[in-house]
Amino acid sequence: MPKSYEKPFLVIGLVFLMAFPYLAEAMGNAYFTSTVSRILIFAIAAISLDLILGYGGMVSFGHAAYLGVGAYVIAILSFHFYDGSALFGLPGTEFAPIVWPLGVLLSAVAALILGALCLRTSGIYFIMITLAFAQMLFFFFVSLQRYGGDDGLFMFAGRSHMPFIDLDNDRTFYFVCLAFLVGFFLLCRAIVASRFGRVLQGIRQNERRMAMLGYPVYRYKLAAFVIAGAGAGLAGVLLANHTRFVSPDILAWTKSGDIMIMVILGGIGTLTGPILGAATFLMLEEYLPVIFGDLSMPLLKDHWRIVFGPMLILIVLFARRGLYGLLFRKENGDD
Amino acid sequence: MLLFVEQVLNGLQLGIFLFLVAAGLTLIFGIMGVINLAHGSLFMIGAYVAATVTGLTGSFLIGLLAALPAAALVGVAIEVVVIRRLYAREHLDQVLATFGLILFINEAVTMLWGRTPLFLNVPDALRGSVEIIPGIPYPVYRLTIIAAGILVAVLMWLVIAKTRVGMLIRAGSTNREMVAALGVDIALLYTALFAAGAVFAGFAGAMAGPLVSVQVGMGEQILILTFVTIIIGGIGSVRGALVGSLLVGIVDTLGRAFLPDMLKLFLPPAEADGIGAGLSSMLVYLLMAVVLIVRPTGLFPAAARAH
Repeated sequence: MPKSYEKPFLVIGLVFLMAFPYLAEAMGNAYFTSTVSRILIFAIAAISLDLILGYGGMVSFGHAAYLGVGAYVIAILSFHFYDGSALFGLPGTEFAPIVWPLGVLLSAVAALILGALCLRTSGIYFIMITLAFAQMLFFFFVSLQRYGGDDGLFMFAGRSHMPFIDLDNDRTFYFVCLAFLVGFFLLCRAIVASRFGRVLQGIRQNERRMAMLGYPVYRYKLAAFVIAGAGAGLAGVLLANHTRFVSPDILAWTKSGDIMIMVILGGIGTLTGPILGAATFLMLEEYLPVIFGDLSMPLLKDHWRIVFGPMLILIVLFARRGLYGLLFRKENGDD
Repeated sequence: MLLFVEQVLNGLQLGIFLFLVAAGLTLIFGIMGVINLAHGSLFMIGAYVAATVTGLTGSFLIGLLAALPAAALVGVAIEVVVIRRLYAREHLDQVLATFGLILFINEAVTMLWGRTPLFLNVPDALRGSVEIIPGIPYPVYRLTIIAAGILVAVLMWLVIAKTRVGMLIRAGSTNREMVAALGVDIALLYTALFAAGAVFAGFAGAMAGPLVSVQVGMGEQILILTFVTIIIGGIGSVRGALVGSLLVGIVDTLGRAFLPDMLKLFLPPAEADGIGAGLSSMLVYLLMAVVLIVRPTGLFPAAARAH
């Protein structure tokens, strides 16, 4: 379909997502609501990555690190709340209006520090170094024995407390995730269309030219990197609340790969694409084993990644514009 | 003091492993312009094949000799089927496609060998230890690894600097089209080079077998550490890979051995252990950060190449 249909497509999608928990309950599968909450959360992470990957041309292979920082902030403060012990002389808390912004803020700070270092390099160095620093944070959380180390940390105190909103209700939590996704999507759309966003895309196309035009390229890239880190932090905050459990696995390097696959699968350099990509990736992850099970191929049921790996290679080699490219026709003037 | 010398040797030996993997990776990147995440998988395959064949025949030497062609074979297959299509692509595509390769290879290895780690004994001939410096007994096997690594480094330098093939490789890294136009079968040269990189990785994996547990994911651990060494040393430079690897190996080993004790001098022991463990696992990454601040392109940056 032509690109002008993208907006109606998104509106229909939103209506469907708003009706989804009721549909799932009517079908007697309330469990699906939780699955889709996870998709909404990862869609936020994928959009935030695409902001720097697709629009800024920065191939960050360590995006899960910021997801992990956001998630651990929630879980650690919840741990101290449950435990009654103090952290740096302050009590722990479960109060969402405090911990959620704090999680996002600390992710942004982590992105600021690591981004300032990583962005001194470019190209292949940048890929390796973002991966390496993410691995550093991974080992950092592994070494936190008090917070479960390798095994992770359960949030015994349950999800964060939000005034007037009962987050422990799965349907309510779903709508909170959906609201954040819509909000973040609209924010990114505004960013991409803004002067800042235009400069960022200019930097991707020709960094040297933008520098010659007088733009402080490094600062623009760093600002985008921090925004993306904050977005991933938001996703991490929601993810910790969703599963009520965090472990270093959240920021394992394969998670960074997964988020990147979501972006590519959906369509790099678009904001709709990462949502489609997150949905498709997580559905495949969830249902490929089931499908192989139904087809009575038990070997592939346990080892579905042996199919998924080559699929990924084929997508990279032959379907660069992803699902977005399949849905929406390429028009004149697109790059 | 004795402990210190022993730990330096341990660090040297870790550095040698890193160098064997890093050298292949950086050659492939420096010359072909491809970033291959699946390079760690070749390390893993070397270890698995060595462990299996040694288990069957009872001879570590045969196991080692079987691991090399196995790694080369897998390397050639990877190059012909996937990597070859990625030379002209951007780095993002290379990263993703080789990430797909990792998923595939890890799963295939799990299917073939299962999820339980394999263990490989140190060969009888290399068991025991010698006193290199009076009072410091050091395992013969670890010394062998250090010697083998040095031998490989020298061999690699000789091939690249002194032979005709090495000359073609160097020429190909400067201008691929020109070398091809002069009648050199550059595709074959690249496949051979890729196979050589695979053999180094497989060799390192096989040698590592008796020291670590052979399991899925072992390749990625060393791969990411290898990235750190390459960033420190400078991409595309074998000399940089050597210096970076030794530096990372020694810093990592000494950090893990002594940092918790040093922290105990001015912190309560319980906290010192916790912080020490965390800090020592982050140490090499901090080293990388420092190098990056001082020299963004690494210690020995290779000459800029046209891509």
